[in-house]
Amino acid sequence: MEAFAVIANGLTKKFGDFTAVDNVSFCIRQGEIFGFLGPNGAGKTTTIRMLLGLLRPTSGTATVLGYDIVRQAEEIRRRVGYMSQRFSLYQDLTVSENLEFYGRTYGVRGERLRERKEFVLRMAGLEGRERELTRNLSGGWKQRLALGVAILHEPQMLFLDEPTAGVDPISRRAFWDLLYELAANGTTIFVTTHYMDEAEHCHTLAFIYGGRIVAQGSPDEVKKTQMRGQVLEVDCSDPERAVLLLRQTGQFDEVALYGSLIHVITQDVEGHRQEIRDRLERAGIAVHCVDWILPSLEDVFISRVRQNQV
Amino acid sequence: MDRAEWVIEIQNLTRRFGRVVAVDGLNLAVRRGEIFGLLGPDGAGKTTTLRLLCGLLAPTSGSARVAGFDTVRQAEAVKRRIGYMPQQFSLYGDLTVLENLVFFADVFEVGRREREERIARLLAFSRLEPFRHRRAAHLSGGMQKKLALACTLIHRPEILFLDEPTTGVDPVSRREFWEILTELHLEGVTLFVTTPYMDEAERCSRVALMLDGRIIACDTPDRIREQVTGHLLELRPARVREAARALEGAPGILEVQVYGDRLHVFVEDLQRGEETVREVLARAGVSVESLRLTRPRMEQAFISLIRRGR
Repeated sequence: MEAFAVIANGLTKKFGDFTAVDNVSFCIRQGEIFGFLGPNGAGKTTTIRMLLGLLRPTSGTATVLGYDIVRQAEEIRRRVGYMSQRFSLYQDLTVSENLEFYGRTYGVRGERLRERKEFVLRMAGLEGRERELTRNLSGGWKQRLALGVAILHEPQMLFLDEPTAGVDPISRRAFWDLLYELAANGTTIFVTTHYMDEAEHCHTLAFIYGGRIVAQGSPDEVKKTQMRGQVLEVDCSDPERAVLLLRQTGQFDEVALYGSLIHVITQDVEGHRQEIRDRLERAGIAVHCVDWILPSLEDVFISRVRQNQV
Repeated sequence: MDRAEWVIEIQNLTRRFGRVVAVDGLNLAVRRGEIFGLLGPDGAGKTTTLRLLCGLLAPTSGSARVAGFDTVRQAEAVKRRIGYMPQQFSLYGDLTVLENLVFFADVFEVGRREREERIARLLAFSRLEPFRHRRAAHLSGGMQKKLALACTLIHRPEILFLDEPTTGVDPVSRREFWEILTELHLEGVTLFVTTPYMDEAERCSRVALMLDGRIIACDTPDRIREQVTGHLLELRPARVREAARALEGAPGILEVQVYGDRLHVFVEDLQRGEETVREVLARAGVSVESLRLTRPRMEQAFISLIRRGR
């Protein structure tokens, strides 16, 4: 039988008239990286707070690591690590002092604390920086320290709320390397992110919008089944002007820039492929290629949000 | 090009904080109407550069002219012609959207008559018209960013400095935010922007890569991508870390980048490179799910150039 780290069933949270989380159900397998995506204010943080037993659901139930989130919150908190959007590191303490402080808070002491500290410093690449003041670390290093703090007590599961916001591409990769390593060793990871390239690297995804889950599955499943329409990728000489031109035609479901490439969402791939080429070339724009591609997760995300807005 | 077209001119700009050289002998020029992207890892000196250019921080040595004025001796003249959106823009949470705009109109001494028309335009422009009476604290993260941008634009700046304007913003809001920036660009406003998103970097007219206070590359995104030598293969090996270790240093392999469950491998010669990759991995007993040739995007170029810079 497959072991589930989280089973959520009809989880709902209301604040007065406002339903922040609306009848949400999902399962997370042990050792899996579960990506929770959605716009700001969609209910992501509220869901995390319920799973951590910090907030009581209005209705519905959930277990984390087999414990009930309402009746056994203490058991859960002892076994999970949490890295919030604002890392709660002490800026005036050194790297080493932050680890010791949090270690004791979690009841890690003596020889075990020494061992765990060593492990965390090595894993986070913070060896040699033990005596630096946290305040003086750059964003990427603070984030690694915050992750280190969250895993100090060897939690079986980690909750990470936008851990890589504002972090540069190299540090983000290094951070995801760490997550993969933790997951490979059996730690279950629940992570929220606005970076769609990071979402690609999760085992399972759930999109939440307006408090409801609007899509769920592996990144490949989501891309293959949750998108309305097909994506044509256009590589051309003047993308900014080309986007405006293609939008003006009103023929396409969506026209948007991805870096210097254009994604056109359409129901008629073959017909529109030539149409796009002709229109742009007539306007003096050189078209390098128009490719039919699998949607990116960003395409799917935006398409789901737009459908649910209507 | 006419010298008058350079709206930002930076000469040997240096700023020290104690023993740390945050910005180290910077030379750079930005043309009117460009979207200029400043990229680099955390702690590279991007924010310090912006603050120097906005006249908020005095250089230790060197000089900069912005909109034709010296940032030290004519700081007031500079401030009237620029808009600056820092990472933590201070909106007044207790004030409504409209009240925030009026407040900034007061600060920048926008005349009564002009103000009304200007505010109406900015509300429409930022799609915040329906929320004009909502308190800023009750806006979503994406909407707060748009309001911050609107406040920054209240005095019609010629040059806009944006420090990671889309960090922590979901994909839908991020796309809307860039649509607004594109409109500004088409109106002729010069944009100077820092971002950790490489797809945003690809939308810039030119980008500069900053590392340890210095510029290590500055060019159009196309030419930055061309600076990366070799052909890029993307593959999904069964055991990604093991595969990376096996490939590093193999003959004809220039660079290996790990991202999640994928490897990006730069090879000198396409055909021989592909053979080498397959051979090395077969010998290491790692199976490969997919292997394809792909064009380097800004992200791979960024990582490659920063690595070499270090």
